[in-house]
Amino acid sequence: MKALIKWIADGTPWVWLNAAAVGACILLVVGLLLLIGVRGMGHFWPLAVQEIVYQQTDGSEVVIAGQIREEEKVTAGRLRESGLKVAEDTEFVTRYLLKTGNRDILGQDFRWILEPSITSIGKPRSMVVFEREEWGVFIGRLIAVRESGELLESPDTWGDFQRVLAHANTLRDEIRDLEKGRIGSVNYRLERLRLKERRLELEGKDDEAALAEIESDRAELQEEYLGLEEDLGRLYTELRRDAVIVSTVDGRDLELTMAVIVDAHRPNQMHLPGKLGHFFHTLWKFVSDDPREANTEGGIFPAIFGTVLMVLLMSVFVTPLGVVAAVYLKEYARQGLFTRFIRIAVNNLAGVPSIVYGVFGLGFFVYTLGGSIDRLFYPEALPAPTFGTGGLFWASLTLALLTLPVVIVSTEEGLSRIPRSIREGSLALGATQWETLWRTVLPMASPGIMTGLILAVARAAGEVAPLMLVGVVKLAPALPLDGNAPFLHLDRKFMHLGFHIYDVGFQSPNVEAARPLVYATALLLVVVIVLLNLVAIRVRNRLSERYRGLES
Amino acid sequence: MKQEDHLKTGTAKTNKLPHPTAVTVTDLNLYYGQAQALKEINLVIPEKQVTAFIGPSGCGKSTLLRCFNRLNDLIDICRIDGEILLNGSDIHAENVNVAELRREVGIVFQKPNPFPKSIYENVAYGLRIQGVNKRRQLDETVEWALKGAALWEEVKDRLNDSAFGLSGGQQQRLVIARAIAVQPKCILLDEPCSALDPISTLKVEELIAELKSQYTIIMVTHNMQQAARVSDYTAFMYMGELIEFGETDQIFTNPRLKKTEDYITGRYG
Repeated sequence: MKALIKWIADGTPWVWLNAAAVGACILLVVGLLLLIGVRGMGHFWPLAVQEIVYQQTDGSEVVIAGQIREEEKVTAGRLRESGLKVAEDTEFVTRYLLKTGNRDILGQDFRWILEPSITSIGKPRSMVVFEREEWGVFIGRLIAVRESGELLESPDTWGDFQRVLAHANTLRDEIRDLEKGRIGSVNYRLERLRLKERRLELEGKDDEAALAEIESDRAELQEEYLGLEEDLGRLYTELRRDAVIVSTVDGRDLELTMAVIVDAHRPNQMHLPGKLGHFFHTLWKFVSDDPREANTEGGIFPAIFGTVLMVLLMSVFVTPLGVVAAVYLKEYARQGLFTRFIRIAVNNLAGVPSIVYGVFGLGFFVYTLGGSIDRLFYPEALPAPTFGTGGLFWASLTLALLTLPVVIVSTEEGLSRIPRSIREGSLALGATQWETLWRTVLPMASPGIMTGLILAVARAAGEVAPLMLVGVVKLAPALPLDGNAPFLHLDRKFMHLGFHIYDVGFQSPNVEAARPLVYATALLLVVVIVLLNLVAIRVRNRLSERYRGLES
Repeated sequence: MKQEDHLKTGTAKTNKLPHPTAVTVTDLNLYYGQAQALKEINLVIPEKQVTAFIGPSGCGKSTLLRCFNRLNDLIDICRIDGEILLNGSDIHAENVNVAELRREVGIVFQKPNPFPKSIYENVAYGLRIQGVNKRRQLDETVEWALKGAALWEEVKDRLNDSAFGLSGGQQQRLVIARAIAVQPKCILLDEPCSALDPISTLKVEELIAELKSQYTIIMVTHNMQQAARVSDYTAFMYMGELIEFGETDQIFTNPRLKKTEDYITGRYG
């Protein structure tokens, strides 16, 4: 008993308790990262295509092919309840989730199969997985390649296909450049022209000369547009000219034009290096491509771009505002009841649910401010709103407001860590308070400011709820940054990783296909936030290195 | 050079000195909120001499020192009445630019407080504030100030290194160089050696002796020997009052008041 009391008194249990708490935290974080990492990254790993002869409930046999995505054990009772025949003596049955692809033929691209009903299973080397622009993947065999309308006779069908595919991808790149780049630019200029005309009309300056000038500009653009459209049409024709003839595993032949096929691989012939190569190839495409098919296919580049741009803009807004506010509170304001009240209010702001900020942003920024801006500066576009609807600018501002308390509090802390002697030293040399602040105090407080910014970035990058109200959309037609002046389009709606997760995970019609994407996108969101934070932390460390002597 | 007749206690309204007057303090009272920290201080400080304030902790010597460049203004609850004349003009007058006043009255604190900048930039700080940005002028002044603070030889090869790399004694001399770079009329030293080792202390004391040919120096010290060694005049303060002011020799060898004698001989404090 005495020994126990002594053991408690000397603090050993405390050490254990603390260590256990730390251990639990680490375990949780590592577990979380592992879960989303494995689930998300597994999506990009080329799984073998199984060819299965499967006995259906009515006793007939079908041949199906697909990749086994999941495996689970279910009780036989559950299956019997749902009307399936299961042998009497079994208690558990293994079932597999098979990704069969071919949604256009089968109506769905995932199905559960029961292990006892599998008659035979194999991995034929000839199975190919085609990635398509629509209807998801196609799984089947490559029969022949048709180039420029003619069937190729060479024995190396796969080689022919690779050549045709490379050509198709070049064409596709050209098409994208044309559509997004030059045609987009022409459209943008046409729209500007329309707005210009409308503005002249509103201002009553629409005299003959001005209108004629606009008309001639427009005709010029139209002509350019027609030229581009012709190019585009030619490219599309060329793209459609090549095709492949494929057959499903149950023997149905069909022809797919190269306009549809994005990529293909033969997982059953791949060895580890090939699989690794494919893994990184698809991962890169996921990171760098635009989404397709209601976000369930393709990449998430616009979402990454939107997230990063929004966070950067938010930092640009929140840092000066927060720093100036903190400097006033700490340095200029007479400390008293009022400043205390403001501090309490600021701290409480940090605890306001983020959706409330979203509502505020929508009500005040978007409708009130944005509406006024539209009436004053963009009357020509009305009734279509320019700033009177959610967009990058309002979203960044709303998040800046949301993270303002964090920046104020850490800046104040940074300021109060600076010894009085430094301020007095500067003042004693004839510096005014402002000069002291600007030349000495603020640089020395900059690590504190950066800490605030790091916290702000971490919070802002992960917010979803307020953004849904003030400018994030499921699919944005264009990036908010492009080659058309003024380059940064603050009024545009944008995509965001957090919202993308929500959208893909909960709004998608194709649940099974979306699930790995949710994990992959979540992992990317974490990576983006970590990267943003690493940058900020590096900056902070450099700053505190510079003002290292502060503590001594 | 006996001045006893003239040098009465500090409570006298005037005390004539054989030197021109730098600072005249008349009926100075200072309050921190309700508490009175300085009581009816009357004092005349001679120009280009070293004047030391001695007295036990909390007697108000640092507070009085900080009155001369109005650093007490920074404390919200501090209230001052009475008059301080610097070279004949009232430092509390409405038209006084505080920043300019502080440029004329430099101060060096107990703990060296270099800025987190290079040695060069520390010394150039005051000049840059004044808008001096010409490289040549800055170079000259920095060299002159560092020489004036007897630091040039030690740092001339590493002017662009961080000031935090210097030793405590060097930092304190750097801070003195920084103060003289703006060419003040008067330098206040608030226990400049209390954080230094004996050798650094010696160097700073030698420096003070040199500086007094050009500047009026007012210093606060806890160290009686130091006051005796470096100062020309000494003021003894106790509980916010100026008890006795006079030539250092006289204060230390022949104090007029019993309180002063008790303190100097170590009976309290």
